Amino acid sequence: MIVYFLRRLALTVPTFVALMFVTFVAIRLVPGDPVEVRVGEHGISPERLAYFRHQLGLDLPVWRQFLDYCWRLLHGDFGVSLSTNQKVLTEFLTLFPATIELSVCAMLFAVAIGVPAGAVAAVKRGSVYDQALMTVSLFGYSMPIFWWGLLLIMFVSVKLEWLPVSGRIDLIAYYFDQPTGFMLIDTLLSGQSGAFLDAVRHLILPAIVLGTVPLGVIARMTRSSMLEVLSEDYVRTARAKGLSPFRVIGVHALRNALLPVVTVIGLMVSSLLAGAVLTETIFSWPGVGHWLIESISRRDYPALQGGVMLVSTVVIGVNLVVDLVYGAINPRIRHGR
Amino acid sequence: MAADVALPAVTSEEAAEVLGQPTPLSAFWAAFRENHGAVFGLSVISTIALIAIFANFIAPHSPIEQFRDAVRAPPIWDAGGTWRFVLGTDGDGHDTLSRLIYGARVSLFIGLSVMSVSFVIGVVLGLLAASVGSLVDVVITRVMDLIMAVPSLVMAILVVAVLGPSLANTIVAVTIVYLPRYVRLVRASALGELTKDYVTAARVAGVGPLRLMVSTVLPNCLAPLIVQAALGVSDAILEAAGLGFLGLGAQAPTPEWGTMLADSREFIRSDPWIVALPGLAILIAVVAINLTGDGMRDAFDPRMRRT
Repeated sequence: MIVYFLRRLALTVPTFVALMFVTFVAIRLVPGDPVEVRVGEHGISPERLAYFRHQLGLDLPVWRQFLDYCWRLLHGDFGVSLSTNQKVLTEFLTLFPATIELSVCAMLFAVAIGVPAGAVAAVKRGSVYDQALMTVSLFGYSMPIFWWGLLLIMFVSVKLEWLPVSGRIDLIAYYFDQPTGFMLIDTLLSGQSGAFLDAVRHLILPAIVLGTVPLGVIARMTRSSMLEVLSEDYVRTARAKGLSPFRVIGVHALRNALLPVVTVIGLMVSSLLAGAVLTETIFSWPGVGHWLIESISRRDYPALQGGVMLVSTVVIGVNLVVDLVYGAINPRIRHGR
Repeated sequence: MAADVALPAVTSEEAAEVLGQPTPLSAFWAAFRENHGAVFGLSVISTIALIAIFANFIAPHSPIEQFRDAVRAPPIWDAGGTWRFVLGTDGDGHDTLSRLIYGARVSLFIGLSVMSVSFVIGVVLGLLAASVGSLVDVVITRVMDLIMAVPSLVMAILVVAVLGPSLANTIVAVTIVYLPRYVRLVRASALGELTKDYVTAARVAGVGPLRLMVSTVLPNCLAPLIVQAALGVSDAILEAAGLGFLGLGAQAPTPEWGTMLADSREFIRSDPWIVALPGLAILIAVVAINLTGDGMRDAFDPRMRRT
């Protein structure tokens, strides 16, 4: 068990080193003078240039610069944003809860609808319902979510005026501290009437948009995995024992069918964060994805570099945890390789 | 194969005719044809391909000509719509229909070039990792793991930030993002095939390593790879449109569907159709390709074929 944990942990080290290397190389490849790229000033005097070159360590040999970069990263120094002069890590940490909140709600939406819908489709295989669901799910995972988001804004927010267009909360009506950064929790803690409901109303559309692709994938996965399980002997045994169809399907079949679905959900973290970049841009959701895009348009390369590093670290970390949990649950994975 | 050199040359088609068995291709097509959704998807995507090829003849206007007298003209079904601009014009007075038609060319070009480049590189790297093993395998696998660790769009953003936004760089970025899928697929299926008896037989017969990998092992890994390639086209189109939407893809006058959508965002309240149409085009193309790809997967999979 411990051997598996350590081996899996050791496998992430080269990935992480390679990631540091890529982000290090990437910022060096940005066209233009490296000092200007990092300091954000243009046409600066030779003295200032020399000062910054020394300050940034650009006068050192490249391998030394790389080691310094790694050293700083390992000490939690991800650089300083040019546009806000704040530490990249601080900015990331203030914005990340918004992204987590959005992603978790999107995933809850996808699972809450996708799993039951897929299970029913498998049970009623070949029926009109099954075919309709498969069509909907095909459209779901083929959806250009940036367009889907705009359509929803157009109909639900602009035309029907049911839900707000953008942001996480009505900043004019409500003002309160944000100790956790999670709007749903903070609004509850603030005790202001209506604030929580307003936060929920802001969250609905972005969560639907980000959850659409996972919804399609999960519904399909649940259906095919259910179909496989339903032909297993233990399901037949359960039926023969005279258990109610609901119990056979809901308990005996679904529980086993969900294993591959859970695997897929674990693997979705990366694509969920990619989708968050688009969703947050459409809804001006103040999260990490929105921030990365802003950094590009402001040519804030240190923020971009640190941001990519941090987002990827999160993904590597989550994948590691998912693998370790699988290893703990399923001995076959542990001893497989 | 080197082992049957002494036998008279019999092609698999001839053999199938004698034995009364369908060739792999005709068996595949027979299974594919039964899937109505897949056939429908294939016909839609063929139509889009034809539109893309003959864009110069079909499109009523140039995609980049600006009609200053008809900025944001409504489409034909709306009040004030004319046959001159069937789907209306955008904020710069471009004819939307013509841009959508030429956009099919851009999007299919992106999808196909990403697919073919990552297919070729994926096969080379995957076979290399599987056959050489040891250090080469470790390096290739680790690099692919790294690319997979960065969320696809974030990786593409990083590449575009370094190279600058353009159509060509979009293709480079999306190719890098989707490369690991091909490499891992080829590597995994090649490793699986390498343990089989026919490979040992070929080795015993004296087949060299290059020929062994390319003409003995590779054909047996092709089925899942072809499905992946088909579905990869739709993923590439979506990813490139996403980059275009973020302003990091093909740049404005290029009639790229995602870029068109981004440029029309400001008219979401006043002229919703300018926003709605490019996205609809993306959705139709992606759905059609996914339908086709799913049908191909089912047709290749003998287990699905029987049911």
